[in-house]
Amino acid sequence: MTVTGEHVTAPASALGPMQPSRYVVAARQAETHDTVTLMLRPVGDPIEPPRPGQFTMLYAYGVGEIPVSISGFHRGQVLVQTIRAVGAVTRALCAAAPGAMIGVRGPFGTDWQVHRADGRDMLVVAGGIGLAPLRPVLLAALAERARYDRVVLLVGARSPGDLVFARELQTWRRRGADVRVTVDHGNADWHGQVGLVTRLIEGAVEDPAWTAAFVCGPEIMMRFSAEALVNCGIAAENIRVSLERNMRCGAALCGHCQLGPLLLCRDGPVVSYAEAAPLVAEKEL
Amino acid sequence: MDTAAAIPVPRLIDAEGLGDLFQALVTGGYQVIGPTVQDSAIVLSELSSAAELPFGWGVRLQPGGYQLRHRDDAAAFGHAAGPQSWKRFLHPPRERLWSARRTADGFDLDEADDDEPPRYAFLGVRPCDLRAIAIQDRVLAQPGSRYAARRARLFIVAVNCTEPGQTCFCASLGAGPGADGGACDLVLTELLDEHGHRFLVDVGSQQGAGLLGQVRSERADDALVRRARSAVRTAADRMGRQLEAGDLRGLMADSYQAARWDDVAARCLTCGNCTMACPTCFCTTVEDTTDLTGEHAERWERWDSCFDLDFSYLHGGSIRSSAKSRYRQWLTHKLGSWHDQFGSSGCVGCGRCIAWCPAGIDLTEEVRALRAERDLREEQ
Repeated sequence: MTVTGEHVTAPASALGPMQPSRYVVAARQAETHDTVTLMLRPVGDPIEPPRPGQFTMLYAYGVGEIPVSISGFHRGQVLVQTIRAVGAVTRALCAAAPGAMIGVRGPFGTDWQVHRADGRDMLVVAGGIGLAPLRPVLLAALAERARYDRVVLLVGARSPGDLVFARELQTWRRRGADVRVTVDHGNADWHGQVGLVTRLIEGAVEDPAWTAAFVCGPEIMMRFSAEALVNCGIAAENIRVSLERNMRCGAALCGHCQLGPLLLCRDGPVVSYAEAAPLVAEKEL
Repeated sequence: MDTAAAIPVPRLIDAEGLGDLFQALVTGGYQVIGPTVQDSAIVLSELSSAAELPFGWGVRLQPGGYQLRHRDDAAAFGHAAGPQSWKRFLHPPRERLWSARRTADGFDLDEADDDEPPRYAFLGVRPCDLRAIAIQDRVLAQPGSRYAARRARLFIVAVNCTEPGQTCFCASLGAGPGADGGACDLVLTELLDEHGHRFLVDVGSQQGAGLLGQVRSERADDALVRRARSAVRTAADRMGRQLEAGDLRGLMADSYQAARWDDVAARCLTCGNCTMACPTCFCTTVEDTTDLTGEHAERWERWDSCFDLDFSYLHGGSIRSSAKSRYRQWLTHKLGSWHDQFGSSGCVGCGRCIAWCPAGIDLTEEVRALRAERDLREEQ
């Protein structure tokens, strides 16, 4: 055998990080016209317990695999994953009925580090399906509500019909979250706020030095939201965002998810805005 | 026969001894991979004997050009890097990750192939490529991976470089021309003179010593050792190219907005040849397939290139749609962000990307231009 580096070791098991674990759809909840939440229960060995903000690679048999952030983890085994149908794989996953089998790899990546809001105001800003990876943050905060001062959730969606977890928003209010919702375009039944989610930010920040912010949504929404938070006096280090790039492996092997110095499957998806700001400002990086 | 540990090194073997060394590898259960002439190029292939090595062949290299030439001597390793690198054996271009079959309740993965991973012996690894293997180790040798399994069984016979090619610049990056310090089992230095065709053999590992112990060798006298060392050392002065390697990482980080990217994009065909020829480029994609019945599904990994438009595809479009952004990604990754991700540069100075670029784009020239542009920016 050749003299080898510390990373070179003999194979440990036949089942590597590339083999999916089998899960079945225990329940399926339509969120919007194109978005579905699946409750997934393991058939055999489950994946490791995820931390809020991590993602899995979900496999539809014979179709393909895509990264999906985890929107909940219940009873120590049930994965909650919210998927928007935008391509062949996501369409197949969204169509999966209870009992259907799905392949799961993961969990991968960094997490929100919810503890950063301990003893502080927690400010969560979500755009569209960006609320999905933030749901575990809310659930963690509300499970230990006393650890935080204010827990504020700002939600933006294109229209009332595009709001995900709409029924849960009320529950979260009851459990002590200050939930404020806005839509880009209202309809006849909508009596709430109309406008971009960034416009809710100024009124939501009370003590910028004592606020930890968690932001997820389309990249452009995260940039403008984070800038608005910075303008309110919140340090970029105290703002965390969840970034998205093409992902193939989840294990820092395939090179697809590079964003400058970062491999987002390993160094992300959740990073501080201080780190993300110069990278997302660069075109076509 | 002396025991391996007792043999004072370096040792000397002749061309016949090289054949014996080859046979010792075969007897030891290794599949020997080495350079050989095929399709007007020196490629890397499984060899059945040392006679298949490219004795008497050299290469002429230039940006966008590679040509075999007859040498005046019978050197087996008198050639610079060819179109392939050793990654095609350790990190194959196409590999099945798993297969599955449809079942009543969904699907089930087939048992993983428990075939013993191949025991490769690489014969003729240049120091630049030795560095490249070490770089890929840091990316790909995750515990339990097939790469790690192949790597752990690998035997490496490196060959010091005494005759760099016109596109070579390993000396600029400290990756050659000598294999000093690189992890390998044996290191040869090829010597052709009035005394014949011989190889000085240095030992890099216990396994290397063990193998050398099975081959007829003699003590190398001090004068010969000095001559061999000098031939390797002075090869550093005969590199066809040079790269000013100081603070390349900083240069890349400062150059995202450089005008030079437009200039290179006007020449770059985004064909991805550089990434295929590069011994460290490791990117892959996956392909999911089913048979016609849908009863059987497979997932394959295959080499991918950051020059491919689909590489950065995200629902709605590709992040890097311009040629400029894709060349920038490749170069800034290779020389800059590779440090952030894997703790070293991704370039070894083998020159393959220069020779195998159909447009003849020269990495060393692009870096020079980026440096000049930054200097100018800073003066203003």
